[in-house]
Amino acid sequence: MTTAVLEVENLSKRFGGFVALDDINLCVAPGERVGLIGPNGSGKSTLVNCLCGTLATQSGRVRFDGQPVDGLSAHQRTRLGMARSFQLPRPFHSMTLADNVRVPLLYAVAARAGARLTAENIEARCAELLGLVGLDAKARRWPRDLTQVEMRKLELARAIAAEPKLLIADEAMAGLSHSEVDDLLGLLVRLNEAGITIIMIEHIMRAVMSFSQRLIVLVSGRKIADGVPQDVLRDPEVERAYLGQ
Amino acid sequence: MRSAIFFILAVAVGAAIFAFCQLINNEYLFFAGYVVLQYVVLATAWNILGGYCGYVNFGTAGFFALGAYCTVAIHKLFPIPLPLNMLIGGLVSGTVGLGTGYLTLRLRGAFFSIATLALAVVVQTLITNWDFVGGARGAYVIRPAHAPLLGSYIEYLFVLQLALAVVAVTAARAIERSRLGYGFATIRDDELAAEASGVPTLRLKLIATTLSGALMGMAGAPLPYYVGYLDPSSGFNLAYAVNSIAMPLVGGTMTWIGPVIGAILLGAIQQIATVTISSAANLLIVGVVLVAFVIIAPNGIVGLIETQLRKNPT
Repeated sequence: MTTAVLEVENLSKRFGGFVALDDINLCVAPGERVGLIGPNGSGKSTLVNCLCGTLATQSGRVRFDGQPVDGLSAHQRTRLGMARSFQLPRPFHSMTLADNVRVPLLYAVAARAGARLTAENIEARCAELLGLVGLDAKARRWPRDLTQVEMRKLELARAIAAEPKLLIADEAMAGLSHSEVDDLLGLLVRLNEAGITIIMIEHIMRAVMSFSQRLIVLVSGRKIADGVPQDVLRDPEVERAYLGQ
Repeated sequence: MRSAIFFILAVAVGAAIFAFCQLINNEYLFFAGYVVLQYVVLATAWNILGGYCGYVNFGTAGFFALGAYCTVAIHKLFPIPLPLNMLIGGLVSGTVGLGTGYLTLRLRGAFFSIATLALAVVVQTLITNWDFVGGARGAYVIRPAHAPLLGSYIEYLFVLQLALAVVAVTAARAIERSRLGYGFATIRDDELAAEASGVPTLRLKLIATTLSGALMGMAGAPLPYYVGYLDPSSGFNLAYAVNSIAMPLVGGTMTWIGPVIGAILLGAIQQIATVTISSAANLLIVGVVLVAFVIIAPNGIVGLIETQLRKNPT
């Protein structure tokens, strides 16, 4: 058996007395496309923050690519190959779009490669990354000139720029039109075919269902289902969480 | 333009400034020029942390006076050439900067600023109670009658501060255009996103606090020889902190040239006001100019020019 890209064992996170994540166990195989769903406040984004090192966990272990990452800071995990997009876009406001995607190239990719990338390589790669999400025409513009939708695309481009093994897309598609969702889905599938494992957190069920090979459901900080999407949606517990009794 | 070429140009500009002052042949010009140059260094140093990283330091006076008091202590123990004093002052203030960075690494925004203000107060209290460097009485530092190479001691001080300004500005400009500069800017914009992009924010913050502190200490090291008598209330004067914040804000915090413009402008106005109106008008002028700029040009002179250029691309 090949080693899992991501292994989570007994992960728990509390905020004071509130249990945000309760004993989560999950495993993601290389090249998988996993959908993570759950009602608002179920702990999806907290899980992402714990996986990526933004939040410290109380207990449990996270292994990435066979290597324990507990205690590593967020930037170290990014350098290992774990990248995320933020639910609310967080662009670098004082930089052009090209410079926004340049940062992970300078810091994550260059650190991994050991040698410095040449300036020309980085320049070309910035244009290529913005082209992937259809923002190449605005490379010299600032994030303030973008629409919300474009900012989500920039967010995704910046995460991809880190050349991750595992990409966690936290609601990258919220607010996008039908055709734009299809565009991004196409992009994510292409990235997946190029070998990137992807965890997609999404409320748009059409997108999740067409994308995911496996579906994980969080409710109130607990994992209540994990399996083939069609089966998971028929699970009575999942139905109860989404539709009420 | 490469940093080496810029450095050569900066040296040339420095040499031209010195030659011009020589030509005017008025000692007072060196006295006043020294203060302006000292502020060019302080404003540039402040901007590395405050402008590039977005961490507002209210404790400039602490780092600056620490450099000055290193010189006082060394002067009493075993006088050494002033350039060496500047290196030691930079080393000590840089180390304190590193320590400040470690202690305040979890603090952001106003909390960080208050911590730096507290640091300055702590250092001032320590110095005030340290009898060896004069304590609250202050210390006299008798300047040597002759300076190496130049003869006139004030010209010597001027040249040293000029050289430091050239080095500081070149360093700030090099940082701005480097990988480090991008990292600093991500810290200013969004630390969470910076970490997610692989930027080691803590390490970069420590580099910034160390570098900024070291330059401030170096700028302060010649002060005892400039004033001849140093006491805590003048060394730790709030004016240093206020000026080193106001100058980059007036000039513009995003680029290396902003603090230089701000320091020359405000520094020169203050020097002129000191002779023509009164020395008490100094801080009043800084305050009025700062308020005016916050209202008219929140991004400083450089920001104002950039906006104009964008409106009229011709």
